[in-house]
Amino acid sequence: MSAVLADMSKTERAKTETSKTIAPATSKAIAPSKGGRPWTFYVLAALFVAYVLALYGPMFCIYILSFQDIRGGLVFPMKGHSLHWFVDLFTQVRTGDVKGSFDRSIKLAVIVTIITVVVSFLAGLGFRRRFRGDTIVFYMMIGSLVAPGLVLGLGTGLLFQALGLNASWYTSALGAQLSWTLPFGVLVMFAVMSRFNHAWEEAAYDLGASRWQSIWLVMIPVLAPGLIAVALFGFTLSYDEFARSLQTAGSLNTLPLEIWSMTLNVTSPSLYALGTVTTIVSFIVIGASLGTIVLIQKKRGSRAKR
Amino acid sequence: MQPIPAQSPAQSPTPSRSNLAGWLYVSPLVLVLVPFFVAPILVVLAASFFATDGFGGLTPGFTLASYVEVLHSALTLKLYLATIKFTVLTWIFTLIIGFFVAYFLVFHVRNQLLAIGLFLLCTVPFWTSNIIRMISWIPLLGKEGLINQALLALGVIRQPLEVLLFSDLAVVIAYVHQLTIFMIVPIFNSMARIDKKLIEAAIDAGASRFDIMRLIVVPMSKSGIALGTIFVVSIVMGDFFVVKVMSGGGSASVVSAFYEDVGVLQYPTAAASAVLLTLVLVAIVSLILRTVDIRQEITR
Repeated sequence: MSAVLADMSKTERAKTETSKTIAPATSKAIAPSKGGRPWTFYVLAALFVAYVLALYGPMFCIYILSFQDIRGGLVFPMKGHSLHWFVDLFTQVRTGDVKGSFDRSIKLAVIVTIITVVVSFLAGLGFRRRFRGDTIVFYMMIGSLVAPGLVLGLGTGLLFQALGLNASWYTSALGAQLSWTLPFGVLVMFAVMSRFNHAWEEAAYDLGASRWQSIWLVMIPVLAPGLIAVALFGFTLSYDEFARSLQTAGSLNTLPLEIWSMTLNVTSPSLYALGTVTTIVSFIVIGASLGTIVLIQKKRGSRAKR
Repeated sequence: MQPIPAQSPAQSPTPSRSNLAGWLYVSPLVLVLVPFFVAPILVVLAASFFATDGFGGLTPGFTLASYVEVLHSALTLKLYLATIKFTVLTWIFTLIIGFFVAYFLVFHVRNQLLAIGLFLLCTVPFWTSNIIRMISWIPLLGKEGLINQALLALGVIRQPLEVLLFSDLAVVIAYVHQLTIFMIVPIFNSMARIDKKLIEAAIDAGASRFDIMRLIVVPMSKSGIALGTIFVVSIVMGDFFVVKVMSGGGSASVVSAFYEDVGVLQYPTAAASAVLLTLVLVAIVSLILRTVDIRQEITR
């Protein structure tokens, strides 16, 4: 999806280009832009709609069910409506330390995001040119991405134990999560960098910019949408991370760990209420990130037209 | 990283200097991956050769006892068969759905902005919690869930179906629900790069739409399919919580058994089983990588 976020800029560019040149007669041969649609269109459109419904349908069920009143159960039909289970979630002892884990997860996600953006950006710069041993680093990254999270988490936990360090959410879990978010971040940077026009960087050097000036004043502003995409990955992947945190978070839970223990012993709509709350946070982050990217692209599009 | 040939002229230093610069830029990445990926893997590898007192204490040493135990257990074969069954089923469904969703977005949606909007609509759930998305099937699939209610009301069944939730079916549904996105994104990417002129030329040469699909679209989406397959296979094989929750404890996979082993502090057996699983995964991934240059694919 990284590439597509970057593609949005391409689309903007394409739009300004097509306004200048005459659009080709058939831009899409399979689905000609004039005339009737082939039958496959309707079949695939139906498949697409079914897929999106299956994707979002269940999620919306639990959001709706979390607003039941005290009689509420885990399935439809709705029994009344109230905010009872949200209050329950944050006040009851039996549902665990939701407030504390929520707080920790947000803090951890912010730290992970900052580190992910900086490290991925630097790695993206490094991988632009081949250097001896780059393949090793690359495959190390892929390995970190595909390795079973629980196994890595256990290894990290045992390592901390062997070194006599205490496992905690801001040390071992932070590292374990970075081993998951960084490969994603760097892969997104690859896609973003491959669309970077190097003429700008060269122009900066020609005008006498130092290496740092060209990075700080040219690359970072130009790559801003891509960096926001990296931040989005960093935050959401950390905020929802579970398998790698399980053996590394120490005595204090992060939010997904709290949800996990709730799935095992809470059978009330509080579970759904927690789902609703965390998803709202995710949606705010996703909306803010995508919104900012679109805004930057729009601004650039209108500037390019002038 | 092909896109930067020799045209970054500002500094075109000697090879050794550019080696140094490259390593400087990736050093923060390496500084995270070595302690939190390489070292833990080595620790697990070492632990698999250690002996245990059965209470979580590890005695450094070299014994193959854990491997013998894992390989001799009839359970191991059953776990691998179950894991492979889930992997294959999930792979088939995610591939079919992912391929056609991507195909629809790239070749059937005429407005490119709309296509990107619909694409983002598919990707948004990726950024939300997997656990929440998994439990969100309970109100639908449960014994008193929506699907059973609907089927009862329609008179299709008399008794509520019990196989819907807490069964292998539910496990596969949850996997497909979570992982189709990993197929859609890379396949969408490779399809979007297919030059439309190629397809026009094929039409002009008299190719049918089926020919175009068979001879152009599928071969040119191969790298996306390979990339998606790596994601889906490695996630399903490494998963334990979907199996645990959605099967209601009725099924197990290699990693969920690993989780149980860790729970009862059987670290060496757990580690031996993890090492075996990693070897299997590495074998599968490298087989797939032989068909596609993943690095070129990602960086192009």
